[in-house]
Amino acid sequence: MKGFGIIKGLGVTLKHIYDTYAEDFKTGRKRYYNEAGVRMRMTPDTKGIFTVNYPEERLPVAENFRFVPFLVYEEEEGEKVPRCTACGICSKVCPTQCIWITRAEDPETGKPLKTPAEFYIDIDLCMNCGFCAEYCPFDAIKMDHDYELASYDRMQNNIYDKERLLKPASYYAEIRPLHYAREKQAKAEEAAKKAARRRPRE
Amino acid sequence: MNEEIKVLETYEQAVLERFPDWVRVDEREGYQGLLVESANLLPLMSDLRDELGYDLLTSLTGVDYLPEEKMEVVYHLFRSTGGAILEIKVQIPRSNPVVPSLVGLYPGAAFQEREAWDLLGIKFEGHPHLKRILMWEGFSGHPLRKDWQEVFYGDEKKPYEDRWPKGKTKKIEADNPYQENIAYPEGFNPETWIPEPAEFLFKGSIPLEQEEEFDTEKLVVNLGPQHPSTHGVFRMVATLDGETVVDLEPVMGYLHRNHEKIGEKNTFAMNMPYTDRLDYFCSMSNNFGYALAVEKLLGEKYHPPERAQYIRVIMAELTRVLNHFMAIGFFLNDLGAYFTPALYTIKERELILDIFEAVAGSRMMCNYFRFGGVVRDLPQGMEEHIREMAYERLPRQIDELDRYLVENEIVVSRGQGVGVLTPEQAIGLSAAGPVLRASGVPYDIRRADPYSIYDRFDFDVAVRYHGDVYDRFLIRFDEIRQSIRILQQAIDSIPQGEVLANKPAYKFKMPVGEAYGRVEGPKGELGFYVVSDGTDNPWRYHVRAPSFINLTGLRQMCLGEKVADLVAILGSIDIVLGEVDR
Repeated sequence: MKGFGIIKGLGVTLKHIYDTYAEDFKTGRKRYYNEAGVRMRMTPDTKGIFTVNYPEERLPVAENFRFVPFLVYEEEEGEKVPRCTACGICSKVCPTQCIWITRAEDPETGKPLKTPAEFYIDIDLCMNCGFCAEYCPFDAIKMDHDYELASYDRMQNNIYDKERLLKPASYYAEIRPLHYAREKQAKAEEAAKKAARRRPRE
Repeated sequence: MNEEIKVLETYEQAVLERFPDWVRVDEREGYQGLLVESANLLPLMSDLRDELGYDLLTSLTGVDYLPEEKMEVVYHLFRSTGGAILEIKVQIPRSNPVVPSLVGLYPGAAFQEREAWDLLGIKFEGHPHLKRILMWEGFSGHPLRKDWQEVFYGDEKKPYEDRWPKGKTKKIEADNPYQENIAYPEGFNPETWIPEPAEFLFKGSIPLEQEEEFDTEKLVVNLGPQHPSTHGVFRMVATLDGETVVDLEPVMGYLHRNHEKIGEKNTFAMNMPYTDRLDYFCSMSNNFGYALAVEKLLGEKYHPPERAQYIRVIMAELTRVLNHFMAIGFFLNDLGAYFTPALYTIKERELILDIFEAVAGSRMMCNYFRFGGVVRDLPQGMEEHIREMAYERLPRQIDELDRYLVENEIVVSRGQGVGVLTPEQAIGLSAAGPVLRASGVPYDIRRADPYSIYDRFDFDVAVRYHGDVYDRFLIRFDEIRQSIRILQQAIDSIPQGEVLANKPAYKFKMPVGEAYGRVEGPKGELGFYVVSDGTDNPWRYHVRAPSFINLTGLRQMCLGEKVADLVAILGSIDIVLGEVDR
C-alpha cells in the first residue's frame, strides 16, 4: 500500500517519545538532573532521548579529558613554586607552537635559573592535543578539565600568562586523581631507587 | 598454479622481466619501486593495467626534490583482486616538469593530476582540463614546491626558534596584517578579475549523448557552496536539460588549508594531531594510517606490542561503526527525513564518543596513536564497557535501524537504480571503500593487503552488486555488522601488556626513505605517503584522501539522473569536506 511508509515512520517517532517518557516515569522523572542520572546516560542500556540540558546539567568529563594546559605549582611557605624548570620541551613539541617561554636569570650573576620568568600560551592557537603534558619530564604542565573559556575580547584575554596558567597541585590531584596517584607512586619509586643506589657508597 | 604464485610474489621482477628496457629498480637508499622514463610511461601503464592486472591506480602524487633539481611523480598501483603495492615513479627535470596524463587509462587520475598541477606545478600532457582544483585562480605559485613560502612565515621548520628560549610574546597576527598577507600572480588584479563563467568548468568533459526530441536550452545550476545538502562548503555545477543532468562538475577547495605543507613544516610526531582534523569523524582511523606509514619508515623497532595492536583495531572499528551510523543518518537527511533518523544515529555515535573521551581524552580530535603503539592504556573498566557495547547495544541498535529504514518505501524508491556506478567504472575511477564495494568489487584492504592484525579476525568483506544509491546505503549496514563481529573477537582476545614499543619520544632517528601506509578507513582507502630525508621533518607528506578521490566518480554517477537525485547521490558517497579540501 502506498503511503504506509509514512505511517510507519510516524509510529517509530511515537515509540521514541513513549520510550523517553516511560523511562522518565520509571526513574522518577528528572533522570538527568543529578550526577547519577547523567552517569546513567553513558551506560549502554540507556533508552529514549538522553540529551542533557547544558549548562544547567553538565556531563561529567572523563579523567583523561584534555583541554588547554595549565602549570602545576607546589605551595611552599605560602609561595607558589612552579614545577616548571623552563627546559622548553613543551614549547618544542607543541604542534602549533603556541607556547612561549623565557628562562629566569639570576639577578646578580646573570646565570640562567631553572624556573620560567615568563610563560605564555596562546589559547587561540592551542589545539588541545596534550603533547606538552605528555612529554613534560617534570609533570609540570597538565591538561585542564575546564572547557568554558569564552571571553569578550580575544586580543586581550586569550594569551594566558604565567599567573593565569598556574594552578595548585591540589587542583591537579582533584581533577585527575588516578594520574596524580600514579605519578606520585612513580616518583616515590624513583626516589627509593636513588636512595638504594646511594647507600652502598656511603 | 605454482608459477602464478611465484609471479605474484615477485611482481617487481615480473615487470622488470617484461620490460627490461623501460624500467629500472629505484636503488636509492630506503626507496622501493620502479623508475620509468616519461616517454615510456603510457605504454607501460597500459600494459600493466591490461596484462598484469594493475587496474587500481589508488594514489598519484608528486615530490619536489629541490637539491637534485628534479620532480618525481609517484604512482601507487594495486590489483583490484588484492595483493601488494606496485610503485612506479617518473623523474622529470624541475625546470620543465611534464609527464603524460593517465586520464585516458585511469579516469581516476583526473582529480589527482589536477591536484599535483595545482600544488606542485607538474604539467600532465593530454589531461582534458588541467586547472587548479584546490586553490583559486588568483593564487600565486605552487605551494608544495620547496622554494615556495607563504608571504608571512615564522620559520622554515618547526620548532620555531623564537618560542624558546627567545620567548616571543605577541600574537601571530601582528606580523600578518590583514590584506597585506596575500601575493597575487603577475598581472592579476582582484578588483577587476571576473571569475570565468560556469560553462568553462565543462570545457574538458565529453557531453552526454542524448536523443534530441526538442531543441531545448541548457540551464546551468549551482548547488552550493552554501547548500544544506553538501555537508559543508562544496559546490556542484550541474548543466540541466529540463530536469535531467547532462553534465556536472564538482568544485572544491573552499576549506583548503594545505595540510601537506603544514605537515612538511611539522616534525613527524607533530603531524599526529593534525591528521585528526582531516576527516574529523574518524580521527582514530586517520591516526592509524599515519602511524602505519611512519612505522614502516622507522622499521621493526617500532613494531607495536600485541595489546596496542588490539586497541588500535578496536578503536578503528568503533570509528567505522560511528562513521557509518552518521553516514546513514545524514543520508536520510538528504532524502528529506529531516533529522529524525539522523538523531537516532547520532545517539549511538554519542555513546561511542563517550568511549573515545574516556580513552583518548577528546571526543573527536583523539590524537591517540603514537609510533609504536598508542599513547596510554585503556582506563579501568573500559574493556567491560566496550564488550557491553559490542555484544548488546550496537547489534540491537543496528537491527532497530534496519527495521526502520531498509525497507522504507521512500528510501527504496529514491535509491534503487539511481546513481549507478558499474564495477568497471568504479575501479577505473579509483573509487574506494563502500563506494567501490557497493559496485560489486569485493576490495577491502583489511583482506586484500592485511595490515596490523586484521588477518587474525573472522569477518566477511561486505559487498553489494547494483552500484546504486540504495546499495551504497545498505553496504553501510553490512559493514557495521562486520565491524561489530571484529569488535567482539578483538575484545574477547585482547591480551595484557605494554601499549608502546619504546619509551615515549617526540624525536625520532628517522632513516632516509619513503613509505606508503594505508588503511581501510570508513570512507575508503586512506593512504599516507611519507618521504624522509633523515631530518626531523618529513620531506614530503602526502595524504591520499578517500573522500576527495571518491568524488572523481560523482560526475559519472549523476549523468542522466534528475536534479533532485543529485543530493541523494552525493549523500551516498559520504564525504567530509575537511578531508576533501585538506
